[in-house]
Amino acid sequence: MQTVETGLAELVRGSLDHCVKCTICETFCPVSNVTPLFPGPKYAGPQAERFRTADATFDASLDYCSGCGICTTVCPQGVKIAEINAKARARMKAERGIPLRDRIIARSSLMGKIGTPVAPLGNWFLQNRAFRALLEGVLRIHRAAPMPRFAGRTFQAWARRHPAPASATRAVVYFHGCSTNYYEPRLGEMTVAVLEHNGFRVLVPRGQDCCGLPLQSNGLMDDARRYVRRLASTLAPYARRGYDIVATSTSCGLMLKREAIEMLDLEDDEDLRVVSSHVYDICEYLVWLHERGELRTDFRPLPITVPYHAPCQQAGHWMGKPALDLFALIPELTVEESDADCCGIAGTYGLKAEKYDSAMAVGARLFDQVRAAGSELASCDSETCRWQIEKATGVPSVHPIEVLYRAYGLSG
Amino acid sequence: MKSDAVVVGAGLSGLVAALRLAEGGLKTTLVAQGVGSTHLSPASIDVLGYTPELVESPAGALPAFRTEHPEHPYACLSLELIEESVAWFRERTEILGYTGSLEENLLVPTAAGVPAPTAIVPASMAAGDLRSGGHFAFVGLRAMKSFHPAYLAENLVQAKLPSGAAVEARAVLVSDPGVEPDVGALDYARAFEDPAFRRAVASELKVHLQPGESVGFPAVLGLDRHAEVRRELEDALERPVFEVPGLPPSVPGIRLFRALRAAFRRAGGRWVMGAMVVGASTSDGSVTSLSVRAAASRTSAYEGRWFVLATGGFASGALHLDSYGEVRETVFGLPVWGVPPVEEPRFLPGVFDDHPMAKAGLAVDERLRPLGPDGAAAFDNLFAAGAVLAGAEPWRERSGNGLALATGFAAASHILEDAS
Repeated sequence: MQTVETGLAELVRGSLDHCVKCTICETFCPVSNVTPLFPGPKYAGPQAERFRTADATFDASLDYCSGCGICTTVCPQGVKIAEINAKARARMKAERGIPLRDRIIARSSLMGKIGTPVAPLGNWFLQNRAFRALLEGVLRIHRAAPMPRFAGRTFQAWARRHPAPASATRAVVYFHGCSTNYYEPRLGEMTVAVLEHNGFRVLVPRGQDCCGLPLQSNGLMDDARRYVRRLASTLAPYARRGYDIVATSTSCGLMLKREAIEMLDLEDDEDLRVVSSHVYDICEYLVWLHERGELRTDFRPLPITVPYHAPCQQAGHWMGKPALDLFALIPELTVEESDADCCGIAGTYGLKAEKYDSAMAVGARLFDQVRAAGSELASCDSETCRWQIEKATGVPSVHPIEVLYRAYGLSG
Repeated sequence: MKSDAVVVGAGLSGLVAALRLAEGGLKTTLVAQGVGSTHLSPASIDVLGYTPELVESPAGALPAFRTEHPEHPYACLSLELIEESVAWFRERTEILGYTGSLEENLLVPTAAGVPAPTAIVPASMAAGDLRSGGHFAFVGLRAMKSFHPAYLAENLVQAKLPSGAAVEARAVLVSDPGVEPDVGALDYARAFEDPAFRRAVASELKVHLQPGESVGFPAVLGLDRHAEVRRELEDALERPVFEVPGLPPSVPGIRLFRALRAAFRRAGGRWVMGAMVVGASTSDGSVTSLSVRAAASRTSAYEGRWFVLATGGFASGALHLDSYGEVRETVFGLPVWGVPPVEEPRFLPGVFDDHPMAKAGLAVDERLRPLGPDGAAAFDNLFAAGAVLAGAEPWRERSGNGLALATGFAAASHILEDAS
């Protein structure tokens, strides 16, 4: 059966006709640069797509694409390479079957819900070598891959108890994502503190669940649609009332900005459209405030050196590296910007036993730079990248918000 | 986003303008839809190669060339400024060791075996200079389908050099151990960064070489460690080694891109890749901001005091010819110069014919500001550089990278004058 594609879906797929085979994407692909298992974005994308039908995807090497999206970002002709490949990968996995492992690791909020009440036990298991060996044997989750630690509490619970500051003059909505809710609630608390310091009341809509990104990247498109539609319906009422929405998770923010619309064919979802037009990456938003003279700059000197890595998913925001502009406001802070494109983890990619070595090879350049900085702290916007950097280098890695939080001298 | 200067485009002219502006102390943002020409072209700086006669000295030929072609972008630039741009460029790319000058063109072999005139080349190509002839062995790597040394060599020996010197050239194939079949230039560039691989290639090659032969490789001798790779090969083979640029991706171009991007970042420049500029806001004859497609369902305003349009030509979407025969510049809707009326022929049957459309682009004033419909600068703070400019035929003149460098440098220089 041949499906008829219309609208945006056709524009995404049709963009392959703009490919002039210049190979620029191939020179930037982090994965094909380290392993012959993935033949590169041009080959797997605009070229191979011509041979795929709705029923047959032919080439399994596409599974080795990590979905980092750099190919689309560097393409001078506007070919939606990563989007074409994500959709083809989903079709391929539907044909060939989706492993149980992928079905499990793609459900980050479910994992969080299960793990939070039993955090000490869950963390013990996930750090236990014997259990990880078993996990690798049974599920093919690599034993050395980074795993987050359950916080044992949720950011949502904290936010519900947190009193709004009396002095607030404006309000903003915070989309915190699963990782902040279950693994890094401190990041959420610091984000609220930084925003409140700048005169905001921070609205944290209840019932925020997964944005569907890990499901989408594992080929579970229908589940991903369900999750992102639900999240959009939670946030849309705020967007319709004119509130801006800030996100601290780079990849989940990007999902709301454009990936769900382009990769899951949700252009007709009114909720998602209005949310998309109001979502900002937190650093992007703070820079925007600063340029309008609305960001407090009462930063204390922070005499440390921080290696900074902008995650590959952030490149997909097409906004440069706003964290660097914020760091530049902090006295005595030295930032060493990494020129590596990717840390390798790409969400859940680097967890998979058959992809672990490639993921570590992708990240090697970044890991070398972080280690060479000899610093007590590294910074990166994306949570899975921070866990990857920490695991690979032993250097604690924090969101840029935490650096601002420290420089503002905030507590609580 | 607010900046002093916004440069649109990440080809050579955009990279040069952005770096010069950032180094000049302006808060500079480079925004581009994607990566540009560096990855597709040899990294040599061809200033002027044919007029259509072979140019032996760009410095000598440029004054007359400018007089004969008043519409050419070089006519807006003084020879001193072109020389200054080359000197500036060599300093910024020290790591690549560019050699040559405007006084005398080098002649370096192309992958098709043509001695190509060019003003300056990276150190990795210098030993390929054919001006005084010589003996050359060109190395074929069996799995590399885009480089054919026998073809190169057979064409090269027939070339007539201005000096009358003779070139002797032949092909040598090596089996390149450990490389999978059907690999590209970049795969080889990485393979050569592995000391064991290059030692194996060198030891196989050495027994086939004859006394006095210099050795030309396809341009794949390493990426970041290119200097080390070539030095080791020269030591092992005990003779000069050089690279011959070929089909994309251009490894020497990637090195050049990386060198300029790193310098721009060090100078504090902001780098925004993937974002398409879709329009502009103007007021009282000035550009106030560019409208840039954000990843979200909205556009962002990139405010600035000065703007450089380095968006390229038709191939990169800077100029657009639609099915009604209308030609437009896609960001500002500026008039495109050099377009024959729709009823007259615009293209001729042969690929290499003198197409009437070939010189289409933006006309500019003496400060490289694009002209509006009335023939005066359209905006007082908008400058243009590189392939978007009218009047040049870089593929005929062999002037592409020279034009990109000189106009990118000049546009930034004019802005820095205004800023001081």
